[in-house]
Amino acid sequence: MTVYKLTCVICPLSCSVEVEVEGNRVKDVRGFSCPRGKEWAVEEVLSPKRVVMTVIRVRAGKEPVVSVKTDSPIPKERIRELMSYLATLEVEAPVFIGQVVVEHPLGLETKVVATRSVEAVETREHA
Amino acid sequence: MMYDVVVVGGGPAGLASASESSKLGLRTLLLDENPRLGGILPQCIHPGFGLHCLGEDLTGPEFAHRLIEEVRGSGVEVRTQAHVTSLAMRSDLVKEVTYASPQGTEAVQAKAVIYAAGARERHRFEVGIAGDRVAGIYTAGEAQAMMDLYGVMPGRRVVIVGSGDVGLIMARRFALEGAEVVGVVEMLPYPGGLARNLMILRDFDIPLYLSHKVTEVRGRGRVERVKVVRVNEELRETGEGFWIDCDTLLISAGLVPRVKILRRAGAIMDPATGGPVVNDRLETTLPGVFAAGNSLIINDLVDYAVEQGRTAAKGAEEFVRGNGIPTRRWIRVRRGGYVRFVVPHMLGGDRDFWLYARVSRPVEDALVEVPEIGLRRKVPVLKPSEMLRLRIKSGVEGGRVTLVIR
Repeated sequence: MTVYKLTCVICPLSCSVEVEVEGNRVKDVRGFSCPRGKEWAVEEVLSPKRVVMTVIRVRAGKEPVVSVKTDSPIPKERIRELMSYLATLEVEAPVFIGQVVVEHPLGLETKVVATRSVEAVETREHA
Repeated sequence: MMYDVVVVGGGPAGLASASESSKLGLRTLLLDENPRLGGILPQCIHPGFGLHCLGEDLTGPEFAHRLIEEVRGSGVEVRTQAHVTSLAMRSDLVKEVTYASPQGTEAVQAKAVIYAAGARERHRFEVGIAGDRVAGIYTAGEAQAMMDLYGVMPGRRVVIVGSGDVGLIMARRFALEGAEVVGVVEMLPYPGGLARNLMILRDFDIPLYLSHKVTEVRGRGRVERVKVVRVNEELRETGEGFWIDCDTLLISAGLVPRVKILRRAGAIMDPATGGPVVNDRLETTLPGVFAAGNSLIINDLVDYAVEQGRTAAKGAEEFVRGNGIPTRRWIRVRRGGYVRFVVPHMLGGDRDFWLYARVSRPVEDALVEVPEIGLRRKVPVLKPSEMLRLRIKSGVEGGRVTLVIR
């Protein structure tokens, strides 16, 4: 049996929540003040998820990189793998805010979206 | 050229105040020294912005985008690459703002000025870190700009000074990018950041040294190691300390309001906030000069900076329309108990406003009181890192009120 001690991050109350787990089953949750806090604590112990943010290289852009995020939280244990994958990517300018850069990377149920726009450098036409 | 309002600074507070003031029908000019608007937001690529004021979880660049769109749609005149060098009171009703731009030095006149120049980061010499002058020492914000605007990795093995939100967020950025964060060093006996950011330490197994400080940097050309020493309750060094090998030292030891221009113009400053003394319209002691955002007080949430920007714009409207804010007997706001600062410093009593305060140390089962107006509220826990924000209703009378936290 393991007892996880967490500080709830759902609201500024910052309740100290204890989750008692045996095997893969939650035996008891203590210290929360609202149902959202309880739900968060259980998920945080059984299958923690995070939104991941980084930057991706931009080809022919006015700026060298574009900031991106996953549009939903992904399982914590897959973060490193996703980061390594995103580090290999390069997108072509222009990039627009909200644009989907990768759909379901590595089979994850999330999209990687641009969180800013990057204009393309103006290319001169040669006569 | 005469404007109703000139806003100094195009970060969240400045953007919000500019669009608000324009929507209130005031002829508004926004000046920013950078080539792009948004202030520090474009480099804050992490989520967590706008949770309060938009009810949405956005990243910094996304939040900036919203504010910039609002400015573009509201008819504000915008000048970027305009670095304000002075603010002069021509009279109580006319101010002159001088700025350096690629076209040279220019000046504009305004009835009201909203000063929202933000803050700067404290540097190594302000936190007493001695030793070699070597490459590899950055403030957290500098490293953030390198990584998230320019795509450059500042280092591979990092020690971070300070456990506030900026330091923790950079700990995560480095860890995500595959660098090793070998320690976050915090001088105080408790961590500085918001609870949601303290999770970062657990997520990436980053060691936190509480009651410790970095005292020395050594290296040839580049940082090679830093000395870490335990401190006692008076923050005095105890013992010999130990060395940590690293190639990068990040200083994330807090922000200081940028108020040089305001101070030179004659505004009175509050040593407790580092920003100007203001009334409930966020007007400084210079008539018609308002302050908002991190140059007023160091905020922990962008929502508060935006809120202050809007409050300042409403104050500017009152000033412009009435040729000054009506004279009244201002009520002084005093500090009591564990209050480190409280803003505003003076209130008219004739309107609702937000009171912002910070405690000087963590207080559990806190009692927040303003005895003169019968305000009494229990708060489970107050931390120096989390600003206390109280709505004060109009109808306050008397010579002074006191914010007491016990």
